[in-house]
Order: sequence, then C-alpha cells, then structure tokens
Amino acid sequence: MTERVVITGMGIVCPLGHDVETLWQAILAGKSGAAKTTIFDASTFPTTFDAEVKGYNHSRYVKNPQLHKYSNRGSGFVIGAAVEACRQAAIDVETNEPTDGIDRKRLGIYLGAGEGSIDNDVFFAAILEGWDAQKSQMDWGRWAKVSFGRMDPMRELEQEPNMPAAHLAMLTGARGPTRSCLTACAASTQAVGEATVMIRKGDADVIIAGGAHSMIHPLGVTGFNRLTAISTRNDSPETASRPFTASRDGFVLGEGAAILILESLSSAKKRGVEILAEIIGYGSSSDAFRVTDMHEEGRGAIQAINAALADAGITYKDVDYINTHGTSTAENDSIETKAIKAVFKEKAKNIPASSVKSMLGHLIGAAGAAELITCVLAIRDNIVPPTINLNDPDPALDLDYVPNKPRKMPVNVVVNESFGFGGQNNVVIIKRYQD
Amino acid sequence: MDSARVAITGFGAITPLGLTAADTWSSLCAGRVGINTITAFEPVGFSCKLAGQVPDYQIRDYVPKAYRKATKLMSRDIELAVIASNEALIHAGLVTKGIDPENINIDPERVAINLGAGLISCDLVELAPAVAASTTDGKFDIHKWGRDGLNLVTPLWLLKYLPNMLACHIGIIHDIQGPSNTITCAEAAGHLAIAEAAQVIARGDSDIALAGGAEAKVNPIVMIRQCLLKRSTIENNDDPAAACRPFDADAKGSVFGEAAGIVILEELQHAGRRNAKIYAEVVGFGQSNSINPVYEHIEPDGKGIQIAIERALAEAAIQPDDLDLIIPHGTGIPADDLAEANAIQAALGDAAAKIPVWPTKSMLSNAGAASGAVDVIAALCAMRDGIIPAAKNCDKKAAGCNLNIINKPHQKNIRFALCCSYTYGGQTAAVVLKKSV
Repeated sequence: MTERVVITGMGIVCPLGHDVETLWQAILAGKSGAAKTTIFDASTFPTTFDAEVKGYNHSRYVKNPQLHKYSNRGSGFVIGAAVEACRQAAIDVETNEPTDGIDRKRLGIYLGAGEGSIDNDVFFAAILEGWDAQKSQMDWGRWAKVSFGRMDPMRELEQEPNMPAAHLAMLTGARGPTRSCLTACAASTQAVGEATVMIRKGDADVIIAGGAHSMIHPLGVTGFNRLTAISTRNDSPETASRPFTASRDGFVLGEGAAILILESLSSAKKRGVEILAEIIGYGSSSDAFRVTDMHEEGRGAIQAINAALADAGITYKDVDYINTHGTSTAENDSIETKAIKAVFKEKAKNIPASSVKSMLGHLIGAAGAAELITCVLAIRDNIVPPTINLNDPDPALDLDYVPNKPRKMPVNVVVNESFGFGGQNNVVIIKRYQD
Repeated sequence: MDSARVAITGFGAITPLGLTAADTWSSLCAGRVGINTITAFEPVGFSCKLAGQVPDYQIRDYVPKAYRKATKLMSRDIELAVIASNEALIHAGLVTKGIDPENINIDPERVAINLGAGLISCDLVELAPAVAASTTDGKFDIHKWGRDGLNLVTPLWLLKYLPNMLACHIGIIHDIQGPSNTITCAEAAGHLAIAEAAQVIARGDSDIALAGGAEAKVNPIVMIRQCLLKRSTIENNDDPAAACRPFDADAKGSVFGEAAGIVILEELQHAGRRNAKIYAEVVGFGQSNSINPVYEHIEPDGKGIQIAIERALAEAAIQPDDLDLIIPHGTGIPADDLAEANAIQAALGDAAAKIPVWPTKSMLSNAGAASGAVDVIAALCAMRDGIIPAAKNCDKKAAGCNLNIINKPHQKNIRFALCCSYTYGGQTAAVVLKKSV
C-alpha cells in the first residue's frame, strides 16, 4: 500500500511577485522579471542585469521576525514562501500548540536550497590586507585580524545551505524527516521528488518541499560570466531570456524561493484541505559525461523523463504539457529539444513545451519548484504558460514552444524538467487530482 | 516494509588517520590521534590552530590517465571523495569504467550515487591576484573587478565549488548513470545521504549505490567561522592529541578536519547473486529536527536527536538492549554533547548506561559532511572484527553524561550498531546497522 501524494499548498517569492497569484498574472501577461542589477554595482561586469526579488521583507510575514534576523536572501525568501503555502494548506506556523491535525513528527521538510552570499566587504578587504603580491602569498595573520574583527558569526553561519530548512523548522515546528539537497539547477525538483517518495513510503504525512537560492552577488555573477553561461544582452534585459530562439545567448540569473506542501491523500482528506494536484511520477539520473557539458544526445535527460513516466505508470502519449528546463543557453535548449523528441516520438511536436524562465529568469536551486507551481496553475486554469521573447525561432528547434502568448487548452498531465550543471537530471510529473 | 533489503558490500575512507579505510581502522585500534597543528596554512592569529588533516596524496594516482586533466577542476573536497570512492568500489569487487574498462561488471544505469557535501569554500590564494588587481587607493573597487579582476578568474572556477561536483566527478570517472543526489545538511549530511541512497535501492530505482560524504574543512574561511562561532576549542593548542574531548568534563570545543567516507550499498539479493561479502545490513534510519532559537547549537534536551534514534530503532524493529555499539556525533562542544547525551538517554532509557559508546572525533576530528559516513565505516570494521577501540580524551565524564564510554579496547560481538549525527541548523539523523550472519 503506497500512499498517493497530493499538493495542498503553494507559496512563492520570486522576481515576478511575492505570492502565487501575482506570479501567475505576470506570467499570463507575458511579463519579464529581468532588469538592471541593483543588489550590487554590476555596471562594469560583462552582465549588468538579472531577475531580482524586489521590495521583499520577511518580517512582514511573521510575528517573530527576530528569530530570522540573520537570514540572507535565500533563507529570508523561504519564510515568505512557506507562510503563504502553509496558509493555503491550513498548516499552523509560529505556534507550539498547532491545531491543524498534523502530528509534528509526521511533518517533514525537503528543500533544494543554495548557499548564501559571502559577506563581500569583509571578504575582499581581508584578502587585500593579507595578500603579499611580491611573494605571491597570503599573510594569514593579517587576513585573520580583519576577518576576526569584521565577520559576524551568525551571518557566516547563515551561508550554509541547510539554513533555509533550519528556518522552516523553527517556523513550523516540523519534527519529521528533514533534508536539504543541492544538485545545482535541478535541486528543488529533486527535493520535491524525494519528498514524494518519503510520503509514499509512509515516512511522513506532510512535507514542506521546494527550494530557495540567490546567487546574485559579485562572486556568483563572476562565476557564471566566466562560464559564459549567462546572457550579456545588457541593452535589453527583459528580452534577454529567450529560450529556443536563434539569438539566445545564455540564461538570466534569478533568485527566489518556492514552496509546495506535499501531503498524503489520506491526510489531505482527513484534514479536509483543498487538493491542488497530484504528484504521480519522479525520475532522477546522471549524465556521467562531463562536468562542463550535457551529454550530446541528452542521454541522462531521456533516462530521467522515461523513469518519471514509468514511475507514474503512464506513457508519453498521456502528457498534455511539458514545462521545460529551457534556460536560453545554446546547449540546453537544443539538447533538451533532442531529448523531448527521443521520448515523445511522433507526439513531440504536438505537445506544448514552454519555458517560464523566459519570464522568471533562472532561480537556480529554486527553479524547479517555482516552475512546478506554474504547472499546477496550468492544470487549475487549463492554460499553458508561454515562452516569451520567441520572435526568431532557432530553425533547428521545431517543437511547439508556445510562443509569446499563453494558450487556453485542457491540461491534465504535466511533465516538469530540470537539468543541472554536472549532468543532474530530475523530472516530476503531476496530474489533475481525481478521486 | 515490502521494500528490498539493503546490504553494505564495501567501503573506502580517507581520513587524518590514513589514506584508506584499513589504515584508518588500524590507527583507531592503536589509539592514534589524527589531530595536529594546521600545516595547510599558517594559522597565525587563529584562536584554534588545530585540525585533522589527511596525509599527503597525489590525486593523479587515483584517477584514470584520461581523467588527469580534469583534476584541475577538483577542489579538495572533490579529491577526497574521488579517492574514497575508488577504494570503496574496489573493496566491493565492483569493476567500473574507471577501474578497468575491459572487465566492467556493473550496469551503469542501475548504480546510484548519493553524497553528503559541505559548503565548499574557495581557495583564497587562487582568488587573491584577481582581487589585488581590483583596487583604488588600496580598497577593493567593484568597478575594476568587473572590468579586470573578473577576467583573471579561471573560466571554470565556479565548477570547483558546486557541492554536487563531488558526485558528478565520481559519476563521470566510473560511469554512474542512475539517480544522483547531494545532501547539504552540514554535519548530518553523511548519514542522510546513506539513508536516502538506501531508500533509492529499497524502492527499486537502483541495485547499487555509492553513498557517504566528504568535506575538507581545513581552509582559513571554514576554520575562522568555527572559531567565531566558538565551536573550536581554544585550549590545548600545544597538546593536539588531548584537544578534542567529547563528553569529557574538560571539553572546550571541537577540532575540525577533513575526510571522506564512501560505502557501497547493494540490494541484498543482488549482492548474494555475485557472492559479494556482506559487512552489514542497513536496517533503520531516523531523522528529525532540533528546534532551537539559538540554532548554532542543538536544543538542550536533544529532542530532535531523540526522535531520530527512536525512529531508527522502530524501523529496525529492535529494542535498545539489542544495540551493542553507539557511535555518537560527540563533537567536544560541551553544550551539544550534553544535549546528545540527554537524547541518547531519553531514547534508550536504562540501556543507555550499558551500551558501549565510542565517540570518534577525539581521534578523527570533525570533518562535517564526511564524519557520519566515516563513523558508519568505523562501525562496520568494529562489527567485522568484534572490537570496539578505546575512546580517547574522555577521562572524566561531563556532568549529566551517563553514557558507557569505555577507555580501553573492548572485545564484543556487535549485533546492531547505532550511529547518530546532528548539525547546527538542526537536522538530525540516526542509522542502525545489523551485522550480517
């Protein structure tokens, strides 16, 4: 007897809004979340724009903001996203005496969460103090003096990738299975998938799952610029994320947090909460190819999609919509297209396959969960979100990417794809809930 | 549970006490301490000058010739994981593309990998010239960084520091194409990765899994963070062997280090079909959270650890009295050790005072995401040989710590062993191993 797993709540803090409905309206309107970088002065960087969360303050969401006062961007975003998701799923937060019908030992957490930014001012100042250019070596005593004097212990601790999960435990009192993973751009899809498996097995009744990440800081942007992974279309940030076009030149770095409440069907029924969709399949694989590139034929991607279909007990013919990884890099979009063709065969060109990254940017660790929220909404409203900025299709890429305008059509089964650096492939399949 | 049983058929470790699991185990049995004054950098001005550092090695000796160039993309965390995984696969009798491409005996799609990894800190010496090229009036100038400094950073720089790159390099070297995950729950990550990998096998998604953890904490940034958080000991800088004192009345803090531990998990019948030696079965896990506003420490009553232990015993379907060995997290941080002792006592009741408890960090140091995995390997060796080595540096038990910590080697048939861990931030984990008979 395995439990069926359903989604009973969602919450998001992302470049297109601080709640799910605002995000969805922005997506249906085809808005871009990209603009000039404001978090730090990137004016001389190869890339001077990104997709930022603006005007967010976690203290608006909680009664006791002091508890989270050291949080960085990622661990702060996750609080707002979780509060919204818990409200929808009728899960009590910030109380020692919950009355929501969930045993705290049966309430878990699984995030795909990223590291926080280093404390830039101290970091660079300490290096400069310690570096002896003549000898090409570091004087660690001088380095340590600056670091000891200026580093804040708690802000250093908050850089650890397990901290978003720590904040959610304090927020909700969760005492069930708790993990945090970081498989690059595929992390939060993996978190949702593994959380699903835990509920099926009976390890928990409810799991707060999703992701949180911000790499919008000088070293993050440096790293992606050096990899030539992000777009340098500085004169037009809002059109820079243009998956599947001939002129695509990289992804747009975004940030945010996305939370889905996963619940066993029996718990959801017992508690009488609304069921938003059912998670029916999960597949994970690795390319085992190169740390720098995806496998040329999309071997790992194909394997992960097929594993998810098999897990769901459906075939490629049953899928209504594919929410692609669709990063707007030359490599991903062409290999992902190949993989979709290999799996979906004669149906490949007839299944809408769009990229919401064209609007949201790339939320890295949080991307998969944020995109999964749009999949649930696609089912709810029978609308497929568009790929915006698709004005010069790459002639080699010939799937139905839902260019520029959302499409009203029946949506019952959705495949959500996430592929990460190093060849991490994770796929989750959701379905309209039917008793 | 109707799911498959999971065996351990091999293991590999690189620790401050040796480049292999065998060397580490014989050093543990001989009572050696792998903690010394830091040599990786000169720890001037650091309140704690001690660490557990692994002996010298050459990474090129552990990868196929064709892969040597890619070692330039490996941070030390990645190197340690690659070395331990190589040993583990060979120990289990598995032949991969990376070991002998002519005699492969695995199905790459049916092998999974699941590792615990830490927050990998960058190499400051590598970055410094780029920072130094980005100054105005002696101060860091972000405009110059964006224009000049950035271009001095090696193009693939970022890939050295993504935590999932440990598993990715191993996956590429050995052609591992099954499910791959990287757990980033700091000091609880090793156990949680082993737990998840066992679940991947139990649900039928792979036959074999490499699982464990690796972390290289002997880096100035990581070390200074531990000093700032007052987790490192500030005493005994001149007596390294006595510095880390888990559950001892004179404990003043932990000592951090580096290591990797990898176990080969295998579906029991799969192992049986190829006549693999089975060291133990993984029969129970538990995980939970400590909930503490002071989240750099575990909650004082250790409730999150207690819940994890109780769940692990329940899943293993055993009673506290069935345990013959406990390897606790035991960091040497007094408040955390007391919380863990409270948790063990609450979870195991009267049995807690009788079951031998062997903390390893006094000898191996605290290697973050690696520690839990290395502890599992230590437990496997103890089971195999029927020996529990002597605990070090617990001369007088701390008040409130009523655990049976034994200061001399102890011969014992170990039927079931419990390993537990927890981390700042609160995630907790417990694993129960059953001796294979």
